[in-house]
Parts: sequence; structure tokens; C-alpha cells
Amino acid sequence: MKKVVEGSHAVSEAVRLCRVQVISAYPITPQTHIVELLSEFCSDGSLNAKFLRVESEHSAMAALIGAASAGVRTFTATSSQGLALMHELLHWASGARLPIVMAEVNRALAPGWNIWTDQTDSLAQRDTGWIQLYCEDAQEALDTTIQAFRLAETVFLPVMVVLDAFFLSHTYEPVDIPDQADVDRFLPPFKPAFSLDTAHPAAFNQLSPPNVYMEMRRDLQDAMEAAPEVLEHIEGQFQSLFGRRYGALEAVQCDDAEIILVTSGTITSTCRLLVEKLRAQGEKVGLLKMRLFRPFPYEMLKRRVLRARKLAVVDRNFSFGACGIFAQEIRAALCNEPKRPLVFGYVAGLGGRDVTTDILEEIYWTTKTTAHPESESVWVGLQQPAPAA
Amino acid sequence: MIEVRFHGRGGQGTVVASILMAKAFFQAGYFVQSFPLFGVERRGAPVEAYLRLDTRKILIRTNVYTPDHVVVLDPTLLAAVDVTRGLKRGGWILVNASAMPEEPATFASFRLAVVDATRIALKHALGTRTHPIVNTAMTGAFARVLGEPPLEAVVHAIREEIPIKPQANIAAAQEAYEAVVFLRPSVAGGTPSLALADDSSAAS
Repeated sequence: MKKVVEGSHAVSEAVRLCRVQVISAYPITPQTHIVELLSEFCSDGSLNAKFLRVESEHSAMAALIGAASAGVRTFTATSSQGLALMHELLHWASGARLPIVMAEVNRALAPGWNIWTDQTDSLAQRDTGWIQLYCEDAQEALDTTIQAFRLAETVFLPVMVVLDAFFLSHTYEPVDIPDQADVDRFLPPFKPAFSLDTAHPAAFNQLSPPNVYMEMRRDLQDAMEAAPEVLEHIEGQFQSLFGRRYGALEAVQCDDAEIILVTSGTITSTCRLLVEKLRAQGEKVGLLKMRLFRPFPYEMLKRRVLRARKLAVVDRNFSFGACGIFAQEIRAALCNEPKRPLVFGYVAGLGGRDVTTDILEEIYWTTKTTAHPESESVWVGLQQPAPAA
Repeated sequence: MIEVRFHGRGGQGTVVASILMAKAFFQAGYFVQSFPLFGVERRGAPVEAYLRLDTRKILIRTNVYTPDHVVVLDPTLLAAVDVTRGLKRGGWILVNASAMPEEPATFASFRLAVVDATRIALKHALGTRTHPIVNTAMTGAFARVLGEPPLEAVVHAIREEIPIKPQANIAAAQEAYEAVVFLRPSVAGGTPSLALADDSSAAS
């Protein structure tokens, strides 16, 4: 049924439809609405889950690691400093191969104190062994959350569903909320082969010396490498039930494009309008939406972009001392190709600054009129001199 | 696409007014998008919320800079905030006021209507004597000013969204719909038209 709901609440609805059994969370803006509605579902009985309100995000993840080890479906949500505080246990969740799903609402890291959107928080967790999927709108946030449980429980890796603060989390728009029976068909109950069970005592995640540790790491990487194909398979089934699919990447007008704009999150949606406008003016421009960031979809990316002359990568994030993180990963993915597009990196929209169609158009024309990238990242829209606080 | 900006003060239900209108327009067959000013809200401080409506899926996900219309829930804001900022010529300004004794000179190029939403909210015991909740009355008045969505869609949205005193809120919207005073129903130099009612299957 189609309803006008908030982006955060679209995620909460998905978690209810997935019959999650344990939720553990600590409130932090802009994620709070997700777990607030879930706690209402738990109290009104529409979701039969145990809701654990813990004293920190570190404890939230610790509680889910325990619950998932005991074989139940688990969920949490966080942002920014909360995710940073979880960092240690993110490694534990993936290393223990626990299919925990987390909604991560992108928020800038402090200081200066800032509650607005910025992807640096989630991208800083790229080496923790979590699958990461970036969402464009509320429908995709709902659908991706449902797909995330199926994906996590197939490859035994935790999945982070990432959404922009406010531009997605606090925006109301029409969302098609699936029927419970269809979600039940898509997502069977979670039944792991191994789980903590007092009737059959066992110890998990014991000392793993050099003679076994490396193979365990390789197993984790094998699971990561399998994930894109598993996602494609899962999305095929999702599409037959719900009529929607997104792909690890989405290429819009890329086949004959000379310049491809590369985006993630809600910037993608605004960028679709710009591509429509520029195409109407005869510009050979395409748009590549990056949805799956971990595992990084190397081969899919190459198939989509190698024919283009230039890529303009828009990063709402930054790695200090380096450059925008999507641009960095894309350069690395293409570096051994004999014929490859030039990669122009742009940093825009940090700390929630609006990325308008004008900003995106400026990025396009700069890319078109510049023969060769002049730096790793061009910062777009900086005020000169810097404004007083 | 039509863009609307709502001005109010924290605690008056400004964000909910925008959500109610989004739900009402959706009910009437439009694509909608509603969001608050992305900030830190405090009771009594000026707040803004936004609404977009269109006959196709709304792709733009940026702030609203040049609204077609504005709705002002608190008349004291007129002295504190430039409610005409970016407003398109000929757009509607709907103000919660019993009258407009001193109309700002900047209003000349906009259509203007008032509704005494505070009186209506107090009459229906919405909020308190000192802090009446005027948002549902304003949604009824706004539907009247734009000619859309139908009042029944507003009533439907209130029933879905407002768990407290739904009947009183509906009555306030209905009364405000009838109580709008059109001070300047048209201005010279082109007025943006809604022209959206031709695609009733938009949200199917």
C-alpha cells in the first residue's frame, strides 16, 4: 500500500516486515526516528521483538553480537559519533560472520558539532568487513533494508544500509509498503547452522593462531566477493515479488556518454534532473549511481565506465591527506586498464551543505572544459573568505 | 512543480502542517515531498517547513529557495522574518491573522489572504489558551486559497496523522476553509497557475 511516510519510518516499517527479533540501540540524531518508531511497534505488539535500550552504541552492537550468535535476527541504527564508538565491534560482527543489519544515517563527525549529512562516518568503516549499500530515496531505503537481511543471512556478513541525514531521513514522500505475506515469501526465518545453545554448549571465536587466522580472513573475503552475485540473484526474486530492483550500480545514459557523473545517496536523485536537462541540450552526459560500496563492484564499474572519456566523481565525504573516497576507490579500480577515463574528483556538500543542481552543473562544465584533472579533489562551493561562525 | 514554504514558531505544529498538506495532496493524486528546515528546533523560535507537489515523481532533493507560495502560522513572524524571501511573483501569502492593518510594502507583488486560525483553534480547544495549535486550521485555509486539494483530502489526512482530538482538528480545518478573507486575490504581472489537476493517476 502506498503511503506518505518519513524516510526514517520507511526503514522502521521494513524492519517490522522482516520480523526482527532483537533490536538494540542508543539514540542519536538524525537516526533517532527509526528506533523510536520501532520501540512503538514493540510496545503496541505489532512487532514481536526484544528492544534493548543500552547505555552506548558500543553496547548496542555488543548486545546484537550476543543475540545474533544465539541465532536470532537483529537490527540497530546509528549515526556519526555513535558509529565511530561502535568501530571495535564492527570488526567483531563481521569476523564472527554475524548477519546483523544496521541502518546508518550519514551525519558529519564533530567538531564542529554538526547533525547534518556527510558520508565520512560510514566510509571510515570501509575496512571493517561490513557490506555497505547507499540509498537514494525512501522507497529504496525500505527495499534495501528488506534485501539486506536476505543478503546478510545468505553470505553471513553484516550489512550497513546507509541513508543521508534529513534529505532522506526526515523527508516525507510516497512509499509503497509491501504486504507481510510477500515479505515472508522473500525472507524466510533466520536459521543458522551454528548458534549458541545452552543445551549444546560450545565456544565461538576462540584464540585463532597464525595457522588458522589467515584462512578465516580469506573466508570473509570470499563471502564479500560472492556478495555482488548473491545480491543480483536476490534482487531478481525481489523484483518478481515487488516489481522493483536497483542493482549494485545503476547506469543512466552511460552507453554513449563522454562524461559520466558518479554519485551516491540523495545527490543521485537531483543529478537525474541535471542529466535530463543536459541531454536535452545535446550534451553526451551519463550518470552512474554507486549503491554497493563494499564489496566494491570492480568489474561492474569497469563495464559501465571504460568507454567514457571523463568521470566526474561527486564525494560528500573526505579522507584527510588524500581525497574524496569514492574518487579514490574508482581511480584504484581503473588504474590497470590500458584505456580508461580521466577521473575528476569533486568534494561537495560536507556537513549538510546543499548540493543543488547548480553545483552539479558547475561540476559538469568544469569537467568538460578542463583537459586533465588538476588535483585529486576540487572542493566545490567554498566561500572565500571563510564565513564567520 | 509547486513549492510551498511554511513559517511558524517551534511548538505551533508547522512541520505537521506541511506533512498534512503532503498527505492531502497525495490523497488527491499528486506526487509529494515534505521536509522541515534541517536544524535544531526550539519552542518559540522561528521554524520553516517545505512542501513540493508535482504530477511526476519528484527527483529534486535540495532545499526550497524560490517557493510558489508561503503560509505564515504566526503573524508576529512578519516583523522578524522576511517571509517573501525567494517567493515567486504572484504567489500566495496566507497569514494567520484577524486582519492585516499594516501590510509590509514587500507584499505588493503577491496575492494575499488571511484567516483567523488562532480564534478558530481556541474555539475548538486545540492547544492551550496561551499556545493554541493552529496547524490544522491553516491546512483547511490553504486548501481553500489554492483551490486544491479538496477539503475531504485534508480531512482524510488529519484523520490519518493527528491522533489527538481528531474531530476538533477536522472541525477547525473545515471552519478555516470557510473563513478565509481574500485581501488581494490577484496581482498584475502573471500569477503561477497550479495546472496540476490533469493527471489524476499520478500517484497510483
